[in-house]
Parts: sequence; C-alpha cells; structure tokens
Amino acid sequence: MDAILFFVFAVIAVACAANLVVQTHPIAGALSLIGVMGSLAVLYLLLGGEFIAAVQVIVYAGAIMVLFVFVIMLLNAGAERPVGRSVVARYLGVPVLVIFLGLLSYVIQSMLPASEAVRFGGFDGGAPAEVGRLLFTRYLLPFEVTSVLILVAILGAVVLGRKEL
Amino acid sequence: MPDSFVPSPQEILRILPELVLVLAGTLIMVLTPLWRRQGDGRFGVLSLGALAAALVATVAAHVHRGPAFQQMLEVDGFATFFRLLVIGVGGLTALLSLPYLRREQAEPGEYHALLLFSVAGQSLMAAANELIMIFIGLEISSIASYILAGYLREDRRATEAALKYFLLGSFATAFLLYGVAWIYGMTGSTHLGEIQAALTVAAPPPSELLVAVAAAMMFAGLAFKVSVWPFQVWAPDVYQGAPSPVAGFLSAGPKAAAFAVFLRIFLTAFEPAAERWAAFVWWSALISMTLGNFAALVQSDIKRLLAYSSIAHAGYVLVAVTAHSEAGAAAAMFYLAAYALMNVGAFAVVAHLARKGERYVEVEDFAGLAVTQPGAAALFAIFLLSLIGVPPTAGFFGKFYVFKAALDADLVGLTVLGLLNSAVGAYYYLRILVVMYMREPGEAAASAPAPTSATRVALWICAFGTLLLGVWPSLILGSAERAAAFVR
Repeated sequence: MDAILFFVFAVIAVACAANLVVQTHPIAGALSLIGVMGSLAVLYLLLGGEFIAAVQVIVYAGAIMVLFVFVIMLLNAGAERPVGRSVVARYLGVPVLVIFLGLLSYVIQSMLPASEAVRFGGFDGGAPAEVGRLLFTRYLLPFEVTSVLILVAILGAVVLGRKEL
Repeated sequence: MPDSFVPSPQEILRILPELVLVLAGTLIMVLTPLWRRQGDGRFGVLSLGALAAALVATVAAHVHRGPAFQQMLEVDGFATFFRLLVIGVGGLTALLSLPYLRREQAEPGEYHALLLFSVAGQSLMAAANELIMIFIGLEISSIASYILAGYLREDRRATEAALKYFLLGSFATAFLLYGVAWIYGMTGSTHLGEIQAALTVAAPPPSELLVAVAAAMMFAGLAFKVSVWPFQVWAPDVYQGAPSPVAGFLSAGPKAAAFAVFLRIFLTAFEPAAERWAAFVWWSALISMTLGNFAALVQSDIKRLLAYSSIAHAGYVLVAVTAHSEAGAAAAMFYLAAYALMNVGAFAVVAHLARKGERYVEVEDFAGLAVTQPGAAALFAIFLLSLIGVPPTAGFFGKFYVFKAALDADLVGLTVLGLLNSAVGAYYYLRILVVMYMREPGEAAASAPAPTSATRVALWICAFGTLLLGVWPSLILGSAERAAAFVR
C-alpha cells in the first residue's frame, strides 16, 4: 500500500514539475508548482515526517503559493512569448538535460544494492519538539542569521521597487 | 557538549565582526528616511566607521579564537585572514563609492547598508565551518551583491547586469544546495570535520561515485561565484554593467570569500577524495586562464577587459588549489589578497575616469592620461604591472608562490602552461599602458576632473599595499602559512 501511494505521488510530483517548465502561462505554472508541493508533502507523510508534511502544505503550498499568485495577478502577467533562443540552447538543451538526469539516475541506481531499503514510516525524528530543540540549540546561529538574509531581501525589494524621488 | 541556547561571552566575541556590520547596516536603514534631505556623505562615513570597528572586532575575535555556536563557526587564522581581507575590500569600496554616488546622484543610504550586509555575509563565509552556515553566508553576500550590481536603475546596462547575475547566481546556488543535500544523505552531517571523518573512517565508506557527484555539484555552485570555467560566462556582462566600484568589489570581496569556502570544503571535507577532484580542477584552472587571457586580448571596453582578466586570475588561484597542499592554500590566500589590492585599485581608476553615466570606459579613452593626470596614470600603471606580475609588485610574488606550490606538488605541465598564460596576459595590460603613455590626450583624458580626496586615499592605499607586498611579501605570507595549517 505504501509503495503504491509512493509511486502515485512520485509520478504526480515529477509530472507537475515537468509541466511547470513547459507551461507558458504563469498561473498554469503556479498551479503545477502547488501539485509538486502537495505530492512532496504526501511523500514526507509516507516516510513518517508528519510535522514536515504539515509545514510543507502550510508554508509552501499555502503561504508562498498565495504570494506567487498575488504577484502574478498584480503584474497582470500574460502568456510568455517565445524569443529567439541561442542555437546552442535549442539543439543541445534537451540532450544535455537527458544525459545529466541519466547520469544521476545511474549513480543512484548503482548504489542501491549496497544500501538498505527505505522503510516507510520509519522516520521518527521530525516531531515539532525535536525540530524546535534543534533550531534553538545546534542550529541556533543559522536560524538567527537567516533573519539577516530576509532583511537583505526586503531591502533589495525596496531599492529596486521604489518610485523615483 | 551542553545543549544550552544561551551563547557564552566568548561565542559572542567570535561573531562580533558580523554583529557590528549587521547592526551598522540596520542603523543605516533606520537613518535613511531621517537623513534623506541632508548631505549624502554621512552614510559613507558611518559605513567606513562600521567597517573599521569590524576590523578591530576581527582582531579581538582572533585573540579568543576557537569554535562558536555548536561548531557552526571556526574562528581560526584562516577565518581571520579572509575576514580582514573582505572587510578591507568593503572599506575601499565604501571609500570609492562616496564620490561615485554623488556623481551619479544615487541614494547613498541603502547602498551602504547593502554593502555592509554583503561584507557581513562574506565574513560569515570566511568563518563558517558547516555547510548550512556557508550557504546562508553565501546567500546574504550574493543577494546584496545582485542588488548592488543593479543599483543604478536608470542605467539599462546595470539592470541587465543585475538580472543576469541574479538568475545565473540563483541557479548556481541551487546546484550548491543540491550538493549539500547529497552530502547530508551520504554522511548524515553538514559539519565539514564530521564529513571528512565520515569519508575516511566510516565502514562501509560511502560510494566514491556519490562523493564525486556531490563534489561536482558543490564545485559548480562555487565555480560560478569565483567565475572560473565552465561557469564564467556571466562575469564580463555583469562587470561591464555594474557601477565601477561595485565591479571592483565583486571581483575582490565575494570572490575571496567564495575561494575561502572553496578551500575549506575541498581541503578538509573532500580531502579524502582529492585525487578525484584535483584532475577536474586542473582542467578548470587551465581553461579559465587560457580563455580569460585570450578573450581579454580582443576587448575594447576596459571593464570587460578587467572581467576577462579576473577570470584568468581566478584560474591562477585554482592552480594553487589543485596542488591541495598547505603551501598551495597559503599561496592562494596570498594571491587573493594581492589581487584584491590591485584590482580594486584598477577599478578605482576606471571609476574616476568614467565620468557620469560611465561614458568613458573604452581602452582608447585612456589615451594621454599620463599627460593630463600623471599621478592617476602612474598609480594605474602600478596596478597593471602588478596584474602582469612584474617585480617588485604584489602580483609577482602572488604568481611566484602559486607556481612554486604547483611545482612542489609535481604539477609541471600546469605550471608551464600557466606561465605561458601570464605572458599572453602581459600583452593586453601593456596595451593599456601604451595607450596611456604614448598617445596624445583624447577627449576623455583632457576633460578628466582632478580625483576627489576619497578616490585619492583609496588609490594610494591600494598602490601602497601592492608595492608593500611586492617588497615585503612575508608580511602576510607568514600569517597565510600559519593559517593554512588546517590542511592536513
């Protein structure tokens, strides 16, 4: 049952991700991204990370995607118009991507027999209490410094977005 | 280790440089609306003061060196060396930005805040000993740099530069992060020391192929930041479009910090797999040098020329990395310090001559500068000779130590090809010198105003540093060698 669910949602995630790249309209892209996020949440849930699955839905599929859709709406972005791409990108892009993905899957495939199989629901370190404890002990500094990162991003948005004075 | 989340005073001291920079940046943000209508020099002075305080804090942190925040940071000689370097580069950039912002009538407040945040990010990268910390430092530095590159929004070239830098940079960061995820999947840790332990003594050891893939991903991410082949394409466009002081900053500060991370990751965590990655870095070094030098030969825009030269110089630093020895790390550190001095100086002259809207940025515009402004021309000549690697300048000893480290590591072929490359590189630097000294003054040189006092101070600091390291290299080579002791 777990394996079947895994395959269903893994396929949905990959299909949505591919669709995201192919779509020309931003709203269609945003909806595909929600599909990716949602399926990933299910995969986390299958592994036993209930808290991470919930955060994935609330933060990514919820908050961030709402923001995306708002921005698309405010910019009134229409369908993307194809522009002249470089010859290299047109003829080599897809083959190189296929080679890259092929290499990655070969590497993963070759190590599979040596490592133990994934146990669905076997992950038990993702409860809110443990995540919170780690955030405030071991990962205290990265957690705090992230606020500087966000501050820089906000400052950048103000700089690039302000009206002429 | 006790899981207390109250940091000890020592830990606070060890992160004091970043604290000072971030607090000053935030203070500038708060003051921006209050000081809007008044003179614009005050933000620059505040920013210079904060950078000076950060230098003092770095030295204080070095006195009490050691790990901090559950080993997220490792304040050792290596961290202090790069912290001083990036803060110094930030100081020179702040100095050069004073007249530049006034000339372009740009808002100084946010500019200096972004500069301070960017330097804080680089300073974190220099001290970080853990991949998550490295990633966050890198992002702080990068995002601030993207915006600085596009700070003059009316300038179409600057906007294009910022957009290209941002898109390609985000892509590169994604690669780095994917590499981190693979490493974590293999070793269960993001701490560099623990990764090294997991790669050497774990039973059974992780598959070599997996390590190679993870190392390749992280190489891709960092190679973009230091602009070496095959991820160098962005550099000419970005350096050309960005404001000249920012271009000088990008070629020195973020690059030095990214090389610091590069050295730390590849010489500690990935040292067990050195035989594998060294072969690839060998090719990357060679092609960066060759491509940078040959492409620079045909450039007519001085900023593009310096961008290609910066790709070539990053290639020289990679030669030292390929040696993956203690001497190699020390040589790379010395080279980065020397390169920062001479390249920020060169971009300072470019910024001075370019005038409002960066009109005069062709090599031809330097015609006759020696007649109209002998001082600026002479200082520019020092920087160019140092970039060539002529004694007694810092550039000479930089190349000398790099190639010596390469020879000691039996990289004879790479050394020979690198030396040939330096000879090619000499041609385009000499071309600028010839134009400057042998031609009649053109419109640009004839109408050039006298350098402002801020530009003059920055130029003299760079020139003095370049010559000082040229006659007394052991001044910082000694500390670089001691700092490089982390390479086992």
